Amino acid sequence: MGFLHPLFLLDPLSLFFLFVIAVISLPVCVYSLGYLQGTPSRKTLLFWALLAAFIASMAFVVTVSNAFFFLVAWEIMSLVSFFLVVFDSEHEKSVKAGIIYAVMTHIGTAFLVAAFLIFYRYAGSFDFQDFRQAGLLMPSSDRNAVFLLLLAGFGTKAGIVPLHVWLPYAHPQAPSPISSLMSGVMIKTAVYGLIRFVIFILGAQVSWWGGLVVVLAGISCLVGVLYALMEHDIKRLLAFCSVENIGIILMGVGLSMFFFSLQMPFLAVFALLAGLYHLVNHAIFKGLLFMAAGSVYKATGTRDMEKLGGLIKKMPQTAAYFLVGAMAISALPPLCGFVSEWLTLQAFVMGSIQLRGGAGLFLGICAAAFALAGSLAAACFVKAFGVTFLALPRSRHAECAGEVPLSMRMGMGFLAFLTVAFGLASGFIVKVLSGVSSQALRVDISGMRFSLNAVTLAPSLARGVSLSVPFLAGTLSVLGLGAWALLRLKAKRPVRYRTWDCGYYKLDSRNEYTAKAFSKPFRVAFSFFLRPYRRTQKIRESFYHVTSFAYETQTTPVFNKYFYQPLLGLVLRSAKFMRRMQPGSIHLYLGYIFVTVLVLILFLKAF
Amino acid sequence: MKPSVLLMTGQWIFFLAAAPFVSGLIAWMKNRLRMRRGQSVFQPYHNLAKLFSKREVFSETTSWIFCFAPAAVMASALSVSLLVPVFMAPELPGLGDFLALIFIFALGRFFLALAALDSGSAFGGMGSSREMFISSLAEPALCLVVFSVAVSFSSTSLAAFSGLHPVGVSSVVASAALFLVMLAETSRVPVDNQETHLELTMVHEAMVLEYSGRSLAVLEMSSHIKQMVWFFLIAQLIFPIGAPFADGFLMWSAWFVARVLVIAAAVAILEVSVAKMRLFRVGDLLGFAFVLGVIALVCALKGV
Repeated sequence: MGFLHPLFLLDPLSLFFLFVIAVISLPVCVYSLGYLQGTPSRKTLLFWALLAAFIASMAFVVTVSNAFFFLVAWEIMSLVSFFLVVFDSEHEKSVKAGIIYAVMTHIGTAFLVAAFLIFYRYAGSFDFQDFRQAGLLMPSSDRNAVFLLLLAGFGTKAGIVPLHVWLPYAHPQAPSPISSLMSGVMIKTAVYGLIRFVIFILGAQVSWWGGLVVVLAGISCLVGVLYALMEHDIKRLLAFCSVENIGIILMGVGLSMFFFSLQMPFLAVFALLAGLYHLVNHAIFKGLLFMAAGSVYKATGTRDMEKLGGLIKKMPQTAAYFLVGAMAISALPPLCGFVSEWLTLQAFVMGSIQLRGGAGLFLGICAAAFALAGSLAAACFVKAFGVTFLALPRSRHAECAGEVPLSMRMGMGFLAFLTVAFGLASGFIVKVLSGVSSQALRVDISGMRFSLNAVTLAPSLARGVSLSVPFLAGTLSVLGLGAWALLRLKAKRPVRYRTWDCGYYKLDSRNEYTAKAFSKPFRVAFSFFLRPYRRTQKIRESFYHVTSFAYETQTTPVFNKYFYQPLLGLVLRSAKFMRRMQPGSIHLYLGYIFVTVLVLILFLKAF
Repeated sequence: MKPSVLLMTGQWIFFLAAAPFVSGLIAWMKNRLRMRRGQSVFQPYHNLAKLFSKREVFSETTSWIFCFAPAAVMASALSVSLLVPVFMAPELPGLGDFLALIFIFALGRFFLALAALDSGSAFGGMGSSREMFISSLAEPALCLVVFSVAVSFSSTSLAAFSGLHPVGVSSVVASAALFLVMLAETSRVPVDNQETHLELTMVHEAMVLEYSGRSLAVLEMSSHIKQMVWFFLIAQLIFPIGAPFADGFLMWSAWFVARVLVIAAAVAILEVSVAKMRLFRVGDLLGFAFVLGVIALVCALKGV
């Protein structure tokens, strides 16, 4: 069993991912205590067992130092998460989501197995150290093949477009604490895999690799956020937003590979650092948002935003936590999402300044796509928070909602605190992450011209740029307090009156803007991609008398309709064809054996 | 250190005090161009004073978001305005750069859009949705402008941008792109119209429809400040002046005002000569701004 040795690798990269797993798992466990109230005890026990197995398998994935065990841990993680997706198996949707997930994740694993086998041919063992040696020996065609296989394999797990299809089914359908873990942590293990195998082991020396990752990441950003904007199921919205954020993380990773291949090691360290920073941030705020969405689901029994509204008054704490998460994911200062997106944009800018030429333009256009995705995300979360929590409740479910149990609020509170802390402590975090990223890239950063003191972020490759998040936060709060004083000091008591209704009648929740209405301009402007269609139907007594009117508008899921459906059809048709070979006649089967033996004999004779 | 703090405060107060004047001036110019007598250029000050003394009305459906939003909008506008040099470059390292400025503006916009949804009126939702739509489309062009500036000056810092720099093709094209972005961000014709309250056309006005009294005053003041910041950025791109110094601050202030007035005049002329666009045509306008941004970046990368 020599090929199984040594088993664990605890370098800074692994430790960083272990930290991410731990920091999300802890509040998820606390949250689950409250979430499981009212579940039958037999099922609760199963839940805890699966949850423990899930967390442990993720921890194994990021720490083993042997590709064989990596695959074993990876497969356990996939299977356990499959069982968690179908945990509420009484819903038909859960089973469907589970099957899609199981199929997609195994396609991904198949790519990984292929990549590892190519490695094995050159390395002779499954150890990461031997893989690294093998990476140097490989001819470039095999290296490219391995890279593409790894990208497809890990990309499926990460949810890169167009391999993201399972994500919006599986993540929302799992119980909310599991959604938090899946979106917050599990898809990050794929990023770990990419960094470990492509950057650390293969060494990104070809510039089109990085370029390809950046382009795919940019597409993921835009597609993810556009679908998120169209969504009115709050958990599906968050799942699509994970596709977007994985795109942002991979932009950092891809840029790092790109810069590294162009002999710009410091910028490569900086870009990877930005990506890793966004990774931990996304784990925190997406975990928080899924928990808050789960609380809404628990309190109202629906995930459809069109039936919610006004929850800020019924569940003020959950609303505040969701708001913090929404602000962070929209990259608003001074929260953590802002810092990592700013750093990523700085990486783009610095690359453009240094590279000039066509590469500079490429980076500029990718950054513009990134900026568009960022502002669409802000719009998406204005919609998500505004429609779910503000104004009047749109249904009886929302009217009767109440605040969730303490343990759920504690889980969310912890992550909301981290959202703020990871923004304020950005100087320190950047310092730590620069160590992780330089180790992964094997770059000595002692000569690096970043001033990385504890407070200010100054990527001084760009002259005179600095950002101190505590200072910015302080300025914003002092000015905000000043404005508050201006608003309220010695002010007359405000009058409470109903919303202006044009003098017609008293407004009710039917007059509110809905989630669908909010996203209408986006649906029209991006109709070339979203392909919206509408169905209207007049329900009439007679030709002259229409009693009611049914209206439905949907967007076309382009990837499902034009890629996966035809593919699935092809698979099913070929399966049907294959079935003809197995009619159940023993004579025919004996004939098959005879033919096989004959062919084998001829084959052995010939070679 | 002490005198510089004093001067910085002085220029900040000057900047804030002048902001409503610019809006008043644009309104006055528009009226003169339409052959009307028009309101006084100081009308915005009167409006602010009037609103400030009025009692506020809050809708029953609103929550603390509605109350809090004006403070957030004001804080974001004020903290950006701290970075603008009138007669000296502000020494506030750590408050951020050109890129951070975009994010800080987004903070105010986010809360205003939420507040608009909070009242439960369809007008608010309409305004909120449209505002987020327009600002999203403006973002790629803005990002490219920042890129071209960064490539020209090797930095995204506003201090580097504030100095004297040669005006090349890149700066001119970038300023044109920034002008179009500014029209969208400050709700000017042809993107939005501040003068009307028709449900079909309003964007910004629809968002602030439920506000009254001091909150409305604070929101209006924030708009004036934001507009000044945009005007300054455009002016600095095409009419750069050297590093301002303290002893001739009257002259520098005059320079600053003169540059801003040129942009204001351009806005006024544009507003009276074109009609407002349909909402879905705004995408074409901002797409054009994006193309200009690409051209600016190409020119900057070529060093022209």
